[in-house]
Amino acid sequence: MRNISQLHRNHAVRLPASGATTSISLHAPLILGTLMGATIVEKIFSSKCGHSVRAGEVVMAPVDGAMIHDITGPLAIQNFFEMGGKEVFDPEKIILLFDHQVPADSLAAAENHVFMREFARNQRIHNYDIREGICHQVVLEKGKAGPGEIIVGADSHTCMYGATGAFATGIGSTDMGFVLKFGALYFRVPETIRAEVSGKFQRRVGPKDLILSIAKDIGADGATYQAIEFCGETFATMPIHGRMTCCNMAIEMGAKAGLVPPDEVTYEYMHSRGRTGRVSIESDPDARYAARKKYDVTNLPPQVAIPHNVDLARDVGEVAGTRVDQVFIGSCTNGRFEDLADAAEVIGDREFDDSTRVIIIPASRDEYLKALQTGLIERFVKAGALVEAPCCGPCMGGAFGLLAPGEVSLSTSNRNFRGRQGSADASVYLCSPATAAASALYGEITDPREV
Amino acid sequence: MRTWKFGDNIDTDAIIPGRYLVYNDPLVLASHAFEGTRNDFAKGVAPGDVIIGGRNFGCGSSREHAPLALAGAGIRYVVAVSFARIFYRNAVNVGLLPLVCPEADAIPDGDECRVDVDKHLITCGERTYPIEPVPGFLLRIADAGGLIPFARNLEEVDRCTGSQQ
Repeated sequence: MRNISQLHRNHAVRLPASGATTSISLHAPLILGTLMGATIVEKIFSSKCGHSVRAGEVVMAPVDGAMIHDITGPLAIQNFFEMGGKEVFDPEKIILLFDHQVPADSLAAAENHVFMREFARNQRIHNYDIREGICHQVVLEKGKAGPGEIIVGADSHTCMYGATGAFATGIGSTDMGFVLKFGALYFRVPETIRAEVSGKFQRRVGPKDLILSIAKDIGADGATYQAIEFCGETFATMPIHGRMTCCNMAIEMGAKAGLVPPDEVTYEYMHSRGRTGRVSIESDPDARYAARKKYDVTNLPPQVAIPHNVDLARDVGEVAGTRVDQVFIGSCTNGRFEDLADAAEVIGDREFDDSTRVIIIPASRDEYLKALQTGLIERFVKAGALVEAPCCGPCMGGAFGLLAPGEVSLSTSNRNFRGRQGSADASVYLCSPATAAASALYGEITDPREV
Repeated sequence: MRTWKFGDNIDTDAIIPGRYLVYNDPLVLASHAFEGTRNDFAKGVAPGDVIIGGRNFGCGSSREHAPLALAGAGIRYVVAVSFARIFYRNAVNVGLLPLVCPEADAIPDGDECRVDVDKHLITCGERTYPIEPVPGFLLRIADAGGLIPFARNLEEVDRCTGSQQ
């Protein structure tokens, strides 16, 4: 790291709640796993800080990567300069791209893009610009997050990188300004909720249904300031894309991070993204958890979160028949090839209901190409969908695909807050790609197991 | 100084809708604060007014535009039963002071109100409500006007984190 201040020489400083001055530990080598009774999160922070840290401690820790996009990036850059920043801590550790308003949908958005392009050029940061897709998908595809790392992003769904066993969390633009300058940030090491999941999913039921049901159980603020560790046989056999979906939505319970301990599935994915080696890290059997939760997916029906909160999941049967004006399949939560394949499998060679408009957006260029090469895009277009280039799309209600007052959207994204996709008088329901596809066929919320 | 009362799970989309995130000016953001959720807010709010929320205030996105919109409206204190993590931190960083008040649900809308951070009290009409003490360094960040003016004084950051040569 460059431009190291006093902060940097001691990036492992503990700060108790009282705010009193405490001892300092200069970073020393620490072998993972020497801390007994520790959670995976405590081990990651201990490793990065160079001494044993426990949940509840506040530490200044270095970060392995930082992501900024076109919505939160301009403020972060402005803050970087206002803090006296001249050169970023390490251009290679910064992921910079545009995904929320892509291609620029207003003059203001275009000006934000220009501002960030210039920053990237001046700071020698690689700029993925509008080419690659949604930030979280791109970070993982480019191998910029991995087991045991600490990654921050100026976006709340940064917690998705926990699918690789990273500690990843969303931060605001001022904190990001600080990170761009110093390459470190103060963190309160979170307690961990252990969510152990067993059982095999029914046909056309999957990770999104599981995470909506967990959100219902834990609640919209049930994991505030905590991390959620996903484990158990269901996660052990879950492909990486499903782990991404679940970790992505940890924030919807207020969590600071969601993690799946790295295993063969993780390493295989990391290798496919050009990252060699293995970082083995897991919670000790006697780790102290804030809570231990157990779930069984054997009899879990498809889930639909009803307006206007993510924790309002219902069995699909309870809301079946609700008319939908717009179906959106995409987002960082459910825009991967496997999600699109799930939707295509349900659709077959049928066409969507005429009264429902369907927007499908692959999460990244890679995912788009996979869908293109396997014929999914053609099938979606023939079924009547509008297939857009990789971006956040209607998820945030800032670009296109907005809802008018009184309209209903069924969406595979992650938030159904009032006004999220346009009018405050519109309604957003959340579901899996399979449920979204089935519902698009009939123009109303439909159980994908029955079509 | 009046109260503006909101319920549980007030999310950042409610505080500032996504379509305004292209703007970074606190005054512009303030003119759209709570648009669609409480349309009388942006026009009626006066400097020094106090936001009262329920549980999980500020949940959702990491957009700093949300606390910036409130700061732009002249808000200094946001009082709630509990706060979402990222909002809490962003609020302090832009110079707002989030105050945890377990009885915030009982505070009426539109009441005259006085916040006494030192005495850990909010007074509305005849009644007082206890607020949880604010850690000293958070108070200093808010008093400085946010993390940036605070961080310009590296000596102060150094003292707070306990760093030494």
